[in-house]
Parts: sequence; structure tokens; C-alpha cells
Amino acid sequence: MTRSDKLVEVKHLKKYFDMGKGKQLKAVDDVSFHILRGETFGLVGESGCGKSTTGRTMMRLYQRTAGQVLLDGEDVHQLGKKERLRLTKRSQMIFQDPYASLNPRSTIAEILSEPMDVHSLYEGTKRKARIHELLDIVGLSPDHANRYPHEFSGGQRQRIGIARALSVDPEFIIADEPISALDVSVQAQVVNLMKALQKERELTYLFIAHDLSMVKHISDRIGVMYLGHLVELTSSKELYRTPLHPYTQALLSAIPIPDPEIEDKRERIILKGEIPSPVDPPSGCVFRTRCPAAIEICAQHKPEWKEIDDHHYVACHLLNKEKPMRKEKAMAVHIGGHDND
Amino acid sequence: MSETILEIKDLHVSFTTYGGEVQAVRGVNVTLNRGETLAIVGESGCGKTVTSQSIMRLTAGNITKGSIRFKGKDLTRLTEKQMRDIRGSDISMIFQDPMTSLNPTLTVGKQIIEGVERHQNISRHDAERLALEIFDWVGIANGKERLKQYPHQFSGGMRQRIMIAMALVCKPSILIADEPTTALDVTIQAQILELFKEIQRETGVSIILITHDMGVVAQVSDRIAIMYAGKVVEIGRRKDIFYRPQHPYTKGLLHSIPRMDSEEDELIPIPGTPPDLFSPPKGCPFVARCPFAMEVCEQYQPITTAISSDHAVDCWLQDERAKQVTFTGEV
Repeated sequence: MTRSDKLVEVKHLKKYFDMGKGKQLKAVDDVSFHILRGETFGLVGESGCGKSTTGRTMMRLYQRTAGQVLLDGEDVHQLGKKERLRLTKRSQMIFQDPYASLNPRSTIAEILSEPMDVHSLYEGTKRKARIHELLDIVGLSPDHANRYPHEFSGGQRQRIGIARALSVDPEFIIADEPISALDVSVQAQVVNLMKALQKERELTYLFIAHDLSMVKHISDRIGVMYLGHLVELTSSKELYRTPLHPYTQALLSAIPIPDPEIEDKRERIILKGEIPSPVDPPSGCVFRTRCPAAIEICAQHKPEWKEIDDHHYVACHLLNKEKPMRKEKAMAVHIGGHDND
Repeated sequence: MSETILEIKDLHVSFTTYGGEVQAVRGVNVTLNRGETLAIVGESGCGKTVTSQSIMRLTAGNITKGSIRFKGKDLTRLTEKQMRDIRGSDISMIFQDPMTSLNPTLTVGKQIIEGVERHQNISRHDAERLALEIFDWVGIANGKERLKQYPHQFSGGMRQRIMIAMALVCKPSILIADEPTTALDVTIQAQILELFKEIQRETGVSIILITHDMGVVAQVSDRIAIMYAGKVVEIGRRKDIFYRPQHPYTKGLLHSIPRMDSEEDELIPIPGTPPDLFSPPKGCPFVARCPFAMEVCEQYQPITTAISSDHAVDCWLQDERAKQVTFTGEV
């Protein structure tokens, strides 16, 4: 049997949280995408868009409400206890807060050992060498093994988080805002480390972040989320060059570029209002309440998730025309957006 | 030549802790001109927030040396009572986290009017009218209803608008904004930055913007001060800093951030971490991370070299005695 190129497939995934009184918070609402072996897939969006919940549900840290998460064709949410152990060996997670995600009472050696204990790997005499190897891989010194987390800076702690994720030799790593808590000059250190590790170990990443410029830098393909839905998905270059969804366009235009001359000339699409509540999302297209180009149909029907161009997926009613029209229409939306601000 | 409204000279601030004395600000010199936006940029622990809090005399640290001159007075020497007349009225401040800086048990209307009544001798009725005007101005619709609501009934972006309204209601001449958009989403950040520009256009208020985001700085500042380990290491006009940076740290900072509009593949991080301010280095604070460090850098603190009339840098490489040194390669 040949292995498929797709390591991970997410199909119509839904995760609703019960809010009591019969209300539900639709954190993730019908999201589908796949991640190819060895690539970095970026998931971006603003707070509350469901990007972290997607990541956590993929790891089965949350029970799904509906849909599937397939790792090499196996449904993660249908695995038994033993099989689940096999899953956690293959996929690991790196968390946002390097202060909260390391136990302050454990030494670094203990922190790194825990996943290996769970999976009965590198036992006995091999353990010490393995811990030293892991520290070396992430650019720390073997002397650090007996220290405690408080003795390290934020960037070093995030390296420890990465070493812990690598300890069981996973194939797939979900990194949930791994650099948001770090200083700018240190962010680049951690991102470069992650890229180097990926090359060496053929890792597959799901990189979740709100900082679109960093996501664009590290990812091969990017999915943009808004209020529990994926609104656009394509390669990171294409996403920057020809963003098609009005939300992606606004998001890109809101991100400041560290270059005064470009900033002085730039016209921004300033979105009106704020993100609606996921407990009571708007009818039809969830973005329509803030969309500068919304038309009547947007309130009535949910836009379909479709491939507009090669490997370029969008969910927007304005992009429903025949193929030759699509790019033009998209440009019109873009210009329309500018006129509105 | 623009008129100076605030002048900070040789400011030193330190904190006494169990571990010893932390020298958070170690000789900061900065001036603020009327009507401009001065950005103070730096990473966590560089002293940018402590500097701004010292202007308001809100820092928990001790101002051990230096002066802060505003309208002919040295703010470091005023009594607490005199300071209270200046805070909120002449100089006001916006904080990073709009949730913790509002009182959750009072309506927002009450919190705004409190400030007006403290500083202006007007009736409650007039104060309410003023609050309503300012709400309208910062873009909060249905002002009348909204004034009666509590902070938790507002979203993050709206709370920051309330903070801005509170800061502006007494028409201060200086507004200090400490990471005002860091807790906000980018689309909301864009709204708030737009509001800042509009406020400045209409009132001519001078703004000190504290931030770590070079993108935000490129968008809204006139001049930029780069801080590192308690010192201003470089200061200049916005374009000087972005296009003609002189300090290796400024260069490093600019190289380590990705740009949305570039397809360049590599980020060049600054190796290492900032120094420990319990025992600051004898020489230049950046020496341990600097690819161009010389012997003199280890031994002596760099003196300020003027590159042009409004661009200055604290780096031995720019000293006239080091003229033969040329930058090779990228930082």
C-alpha cells in the first residue's frame, strides 16, 4: 500500500461548546482541510475565530461534535485507549505560554522524560543520553537538565517545549501560537529553529497564530479562519498576492508593514464594528455584518466552500461566477473595499 | 524648529527587590516636541514602560537621578498633590490592558465624569454633556445608553476607546500610550491607530507611544527612540531609523522581523538575550550580542554621537575615533 501524500485530513469538523440554557458556542463549524507530509500548514485568524480549538480538537484534547480528523487515514476520534497512545507518539503539541506549559516543580530532565515514560521509550541507561541529545538539538546545554523552568528566559523555555515535543520522535507537531509570548528578536530564533528541525526530521507542522506576517514566513499553505469557519485557503504566496475573500483582504491590509514609505502610501480597508458572538452567529455568511461588499444573498445562504483557482479555496458568494470572471470579480471586490474606507 | 514640550534628562530609575537593586532605567535622555508622536521601542524589560510611568510619577521604582521638565517645572520634584493636578489634566495615559485599567464596579460614565469633576470646575450636567461629546468623538455610538453600562459590557476594542475618551476628556497636552493596541486584534488595531491619527490632527496633542511593534511604529510615529537595557541606544526621525539605522541593535531588530510584503526566506535573529539589570555590564549593554563588538565596548559605556541634527546613536562604532571601522555584511 502506498502512503498518501496527505498526512492529516480534517473533514467537516465541528466543535460546539455547551453554554447552558440550550445555547451552544460554535467554536469550529464545518472546517475541512488537509496537511501534506512535510509541509507547514498555517492557520490564522483573530481571537475567538476557532483556530486553537481546531488544533486542540485535532489532537483530541477536545471531543469533536461532528466530522473527522484523519491521521494517515485513521480517525483520531475513534481510536481505543491503546491506539490513542500510538497517536500521541506520532503527533505532539507546542503551546503558547512557555511559562504556564512547563511544570515549575519539575526539572528539565523530568519534563523531557515524561512523554518518553508514557510511551516507554529510551528507557534505562539510554535516557540520560537522550535528554542531552534533545537539549543539544534545541540549542541548550546538557548542564541545563537539572535546572528548573524559572531559571530560563521565555525563549529558552519555548526551546524546552520544543524538545519535549520532539522527545518521542513525532511526525506531526501542532504549534499553537508558539512565539506570541516572546520578544521580537527571540521570535526569529525560535522560528528558525523550528524550520531547521523540520528539514532535518521531515516534520509536518500545523502552525497556529494570529500574526499573519510570521505565519506567511513559515507556512507553505495558509487557511484563514473567521468565526469558526475557514473563509480562504491557498499557498502563502498566493494568499498575499491575490487574496480573494473580503475578510482576508481586510486582514492583510490591517497588518502594519515595518517600512515608513510603504506605510505612508498604503490605503487601508478599515473594517467597521467587531467580531459577532459565536453563540449567536449571523445568518448566511458569518462575515457579512462587517463585509464592505455584502449583498442580499449573503444574509440568506451560507457561501459554499469551493476551489476558485488551482488549490485556492474560498467561501464567498461574490466569487460564484464562471471561472474567467472570478479573478476580475475578485479585483472589483478589492477596489470596492478601498472605496469604502 | 519645533517647540519642546517635555524634556527628560539623565533619568535613572531603580527598583529595590529581594534579589538586590534592579537598575531599570539608566540615564535616559529624550525630548518630546509639541504635536509630534514619539515612539519608544524596545523589548520587554528594556525600561520603556518605566520611563513613561516616571513621567506620570506612577512608577513603583525610585527616581534616583535626573530630571523631567514640563512647562518649566521638574516633575521629579513636585509634591504628590501637585502631581495629581497634572495627571489626567496636562498629561494623561492609556494602558495596554483596557480591562484591568477600568473599574469593573462603576459605570463607564461615572469613571469619565470623575476625571472631569476632579480637574474642571463644572457642573455634573456639563460634565455629562462633555462625556457624551467625547464618546461620540472616539466612535462609541449610542453614547447616552453606553455611559450607563459597565466595562464588561464592552468589547476589547470598545474598552480601549473608553480609555482614550477618559484620557482626552480634559484636553491634555501630552498623551502617553503604553502598548495601546497590543491586546487587540489587527483589524481593531487598525481602527484604533486611525483614531490616534485623527485625534492628533484635531487637537495637536503630543503623543508618546510605547510599543514593541515596528510595524505600528512605521505607521504612526514622527520620531523613534530605540531602548535597550535601560538606555536609549538610538533616536531619530522615523525614516532615519528604518532606512539609515546606525546601532547594531536597531539593525538586528529590523532584520529579525518578517515582512508581509517580502518573499525573502530568511530571518536573521539577534543571538542571545538582553543583559541582567541586577548587574548591568560595565561597557555597552549590547556587547554580548553584537557582531561588531570591540575591546572598548566591553570596558566603557558608549557616548552619544550625533549623526545629524536629529539623529543620535550610542555606539562606539560611530565615534569619530572609530572611523576606520566599516560595517561588513549584514547584522
